[in-house]
Amino acid sequence: MPLFSEAGLPASYVALPFAQWQARPEWPAVSLANTDPVEDLAPHLGRLRLIVLEFPKFSDGRAYSQARLLRGRMSYRGELRATGGVLQDQVAFMLRCGFDSFESEQQGFGEALARARTLFSVVYQPAEDDQVPASLRRLAQGTVAAS
Amino acid sequence: MPDTHFYRYDGYDRTLVSERVDQFRDQVRRRLAGELTEEQFKPLRLHNGLYLQLHAYMLRIAIPYGTLSSRQLRKLADISRKYDRGYGHFTTRQNLQLNWIKLEDAPDALAALAEVDMHAMQTSGNCIRNVTADHYAGAAIDEIEDPRIWAEIVRQWSTLHPEFTFLPRKFKIAITGSPNDRVAVRVHDIGLRLWRNGQGEVGFEVIVGGGLGRTPMIGKTLREFLPKDELLAYLEATLRVYNRYGRRDNLYKARIKILVHEVGVEKMREEVEAEYAATRDGALKLPAATIEAIARQFAPPVLSPRPAVSGRVVAQRLDDPDFALWLKSNVAPHRVPGYAIVTASLKPAGAPPGDASAAQMDGVADIAEAYSQAELRVSHEQNLIFPHVAVEDLPQVYRSLAALGFAEANVGKITDIIACPGLDYCALANARSIPVAQRISNHFASIARQHDIGDLKIKISGCINACGHHHVGHIGILGVDKNGVELYQISLGGDVDFGRTAIGSILGPAVTADKVVEAVDAIVTTYLDARRDGERFVDTYRRIGAQPFKERVYAAV
Repeated sequence: MPLFSEAGLPASYVALPFAQWQARPEWPAVSLANTDPVEDLAPHLGRLRLIVLEFPKFSDGRAYSQARLLRGRMSYRGELRATGGVLQDQVAFMLRCGFDSFESEQQGFGEALARARTLFSVVYQPAEDDQVPASLRRLAQGTVAAS
Repeated sequence: MPDTHFYRYDGYDRTLVSERVDQFRDQVRRRLAGELTEEQFKPLRLHNGLYLQLHAYMLRIAIPYGTLSSRQLRKLADISRKYDRGYGHFTTRQNLQLNWIKLEDAPDALAALAEVDMHAMQTSGNCIRNVTADHYAGAAIDEIEDPRIWAEIVRQWSTLHPEFTFLPRKFKIAITGSPNDRVAVRVHDIGLRLWRNGQGEVGFEVIVGGGLGRTPMIGKTLREFLPKDELLAYLEATLRVYNRYGRRDNLYKARIKILVHEVGVEKMREEVEAEYAATRDGALKLPAATIEAIARQFAPPVLSPRPAVSGRVVAQRLDDPDFALWLKSNVAPHRVPGYAIVTASLKPAGAPPGDASAAQMDGVADIAEAYSQAELRVSHEQNLIFPHVAVEDLPQVYRSLAALGFAEANVGKITDIIACPGLDYCALANARSIPVAQRISNHFASIARQHDIGDLKIKISGCINACGHHHVGHIGILGVDKNGVELYQISLGGDVDFGRTAIGSILGPAVTADKVVEAVDAIVTTYLDARRDGERFVDTYRRIGAQPFKERVYAAV
């Protein structure tokens, strides 16, 4: 499946399914089902270079929470890849949750990824990207919600 | 533009809504060009409020916490004239539905909404839906704090939330700031009830896992007292637990109520509290300045002193029995002496509950501008509320409403029926709801008789998804399909009042459409024969039980 990343193609690792990886946790790349507990990766995050999270269908959103836990709670800094039902209309949400590479068969996905960060210049909530929520921008400007 | 007494969009809000319209315009273009399959397009349109119904697309417009300005309501009237058939339907979620939208017009309709700082985001789809709040907020005499401040904070946090846009199922939040619950706080995915604890602090009781639908459940208390500034951290923790562990194998078992039921509220609490402990001091903790800034926008209007007793009102009450009954049922006390809260009944005899034509919407907007600070509310009982009317002005307001057909003195009475759109519009329905409501409404049209019967809530759903809230109707009516025949199952004793929330019990075998009125009439007669002084229908039912009702109904039908 074609691989996309904003930063150009990342280094290639073979990700082991979680069960196999548990037998050899020194391996730097792992692939999780969306029911696998991300918490179990905690002791190994320093070694991991690639974590692949799966969307069995684009409408099954469990991996968004896994991604936020890995990035936010567990401070994982390696590559975080979305695979499966990865479509251009969800990519802005995926970027906000901390994904940085994507496997997608959809036509035009690369172009959509390039545009994804320009779709919304305002966000309302903190997530795992650099966008500052509107509430904090208002506070910083001292223009808290005046029209 | 007249000054409003609720949240005003700033540049950030406007930018976000207009960027959302642009995004959807592009998605519609790709759908019409065949670049998106219907399966791929479906969640995108749903997240923008666009359903595919029986005959056409339906656009569900968000009216956050049910609050509208006159200017906004006039715009809704305009949109219904321009892109629909000149009328709209106010829903039990305080939204407005337009039933005849064309897909290619939808982006323009959304752009028109954005002109008055409105949108249709997250009025459907498996995401956090438009947040509802007490329709008397900011005017109610029993209010501890305006719940709309918190509803707006939740609206912003939940809008385009990147983690919670593909939940197992839809997620509905309701907020009340009064001890007298007017939002049905125990039958929502999350219900939030503001209350004051023994130390004088105001916080939230967090109730989880209530809901109607095919598995009705009363919500359970997840957190007795939550400090207000921790609301978003706690909601995010709860939603994360639901997103990770809620069932996705069966559409009908995917709501959070099933998760809470299956794991138990103790285990649910443990999971949520653990998640919350890890997020509570993070970026979601609300700074005091942010809360204050939003609260300031909901500062109550400065109402000029008006007499608490008006000679004109007293005189007309004596002269005009209809006006006297209207004062009793459609006018509620306001926290400021000399003012009242007026409910315009969208349930005139024989009309589809909750419908308003464009001309009626314009008329209501004019009345609000003249007499109610240009502000309106939509109630979950599908009526429109004028929150700030001077007592002296009640005769004029009554007269203006009567001219629009919205002065029926039936609020809380047997013809103030909640009904879902039913088989006339809805692709899911098994049976018609609106014609049944209309027949009951015609049968009990006498206002004097309705007042004699007293408070009695009939709620009608056309299928087990229960959009008409039949489970919590004092009399609930559920349309079912049996071998191609529409039958109606009757239940009694449901209630949504706080502390008394109950799911009704099925009375007996379902009856045919032409017997529903006889059945309801037999129920009412049983009640009138048995009631003690001042006893409401539902209290009589609780005292004497189902048997007397059952005997009479099945003898009559």
